[in-house]
Amino acid sequence: MDSALIPKGVKRCPIWQFALGLGVVGAVLLWGVYAMFLCWFKGLNQTNMNDYYGFALWIWADLAVIALGGGAFFTGLLKYIIGKDDLKNIINYAVLIGFICYSSALLILAIDVGQPLRSWFIFWHANVHSMLTEVAFCLSCYFAVLTIEYIPLVLENRQLDKIPFVHNLTHTMHEHMAIFAATGAFLSFFHQGSLGGVAGVLFGRPFAYREHLFIWPWTFFLFTWSAAAYGPSFTLLVTRITEKITRKKLVKDTTIQLLAKISGWMMFTYITAKIIDTVYWATTTAPSLGFSLKDFYSNNPVYGYWILGAELILGGVIPALMLITPKIRSNRLLLTLATILAVMGVCLNRWVMVLQVMAVPVMSFDTWAMYYPSWQEVATTVLPVAYGIILIMISYRYLPIFPNEAELNPLEPETPVVAAADTEEAAEEGPEPGLTPAEA
Amino acid sequence: MFPFSFEWIWDMSHIIFMGGLWYALSILGAGMTFCIIKAILATANGKGGHHH
Repeated sequence: MDSALIPKGVKRCPIWQFALGLGVVGAVLLWGVYAMFLCWFKGLNQTNMNDYYGFALWIWADLAVIALGGGAFFTGLLKYIIGKDDLKNIINYAVLIGFICYSSALLILAIDVGQPLRSWFIFWHANVHSMLTEVAFCLSCYFAVLTIEYIPLVLENRQLDKIPFVHNLTHTMHEHMAIFAATGAFLSFFHQGSLGGVAGVLFGRPFAYREHLFIWPWTFFLFTWSAAAYGPSFTLLVTRITEKITRKKLVKDTTIQLLAKISGWMMFTYITAKIIDTVYWATTTAPSLGFSLKDFYSNNPVYGYWILGAELILGGVIPALMLITPKIRSNRLLLTLATILAVMGVCLNRWVMVLQVMAVPVMSFDTWAMYYPSWQEVATTVLPVAYGIILIMISYRYLPIFPNEAELNPLEPETPVVAAADTEEAAEEGPEPGLTPAEA
Repeated sequence: MFPFSFEWIWDMSHIIFMGGLWYALSILGAGMTFCIIKAILATANGKGGHHH
């Protein structure tokens, strides 16, 4: 039915199966959309946010998807600027994942601001003393970059590509993509950093506060570094999940190994810096503000030393060591495990830097302020996940996302019955028997 | 947002923040304009008949 739209040389599932999948994920999407409209029409009283928790589940989800979407800018930087040409086999998918992550982040912010019709105020009446203004600027501009990077993929659809102008535009955009990729890397460096900087400058919150280098707290650099390290791991994990679902090999092993190795070394250097930062904060910064490490990890039902260990060791040191060890990295199961641990680690880091910061008592008369999201918050956080799955499904079906797919999964030859029928047809169309070649 | 807005002040914060925003937007806008014009010219010259 839609075979004319499917890329050449690849096989896709029947349309009914595709529609069924879309329907299931679409139902989850509708649940999220319903909760979104509740938040917009009834207000933020639909959430469990309060005076303690101005930042809650949405901001965690925002920071997490932005970190996970970092694979797009870093892979683009490696391919277009540093010249790791082998990454051309996965760059399309990294761009798609980045596009989903950043559009999700903007969607969540549109719900979080309460009055999305006034979103433009942040540009028109910009508070030029706020790191969040820089985040808003860079986030919007970088989303524009990702859209520009995604457009040629859409235009490469089999039918669209037949239009000469579209074909020429795709070709020209590919030729000049390095300019956009460089701009994207510049913008990403600043907004990833400023998201971390927001936590690091909170001098009234000793759990988050960090020492500075000029005007930038260490968290500025750690956030950028972690996005560049963990983002590619998320790209690898989503690729693996896609391969499992489609039961196909979609990206060459050499490309996977290269990206895993780079991600591993970035992670190793990041987690080393993060551990040094944590030790300095625990032994010098926090005590200078009247707190001991124990104050941040006791007398509450959730946040114990386990969360520190899970973030640094389970989600940092272990996946980093796994990814930099060639023997472990080349085992697909262990590689998948390492990427799962890495994704868990960076999400936990963002949780700690958003929600544990809010929970820790600051004044001597304060107690731990715990927070549990409302179902509307959960539904609107699941919404981008459903949206992402749908966009991946549609893009995978109709666009040439994986350049090696046809080569890695050659189509089976026609069945004998069809082949026989073809032969008969050819015989019917052929010259009548008994004719000389010239007559034929 | 613009120097002609009533709340604009010629200080370092405005110049860095808004200058950075307009710089990034200019690169993206100019880049896309260039690509579109080049594609129009190529199409007018009869290129693009060969498909992938």
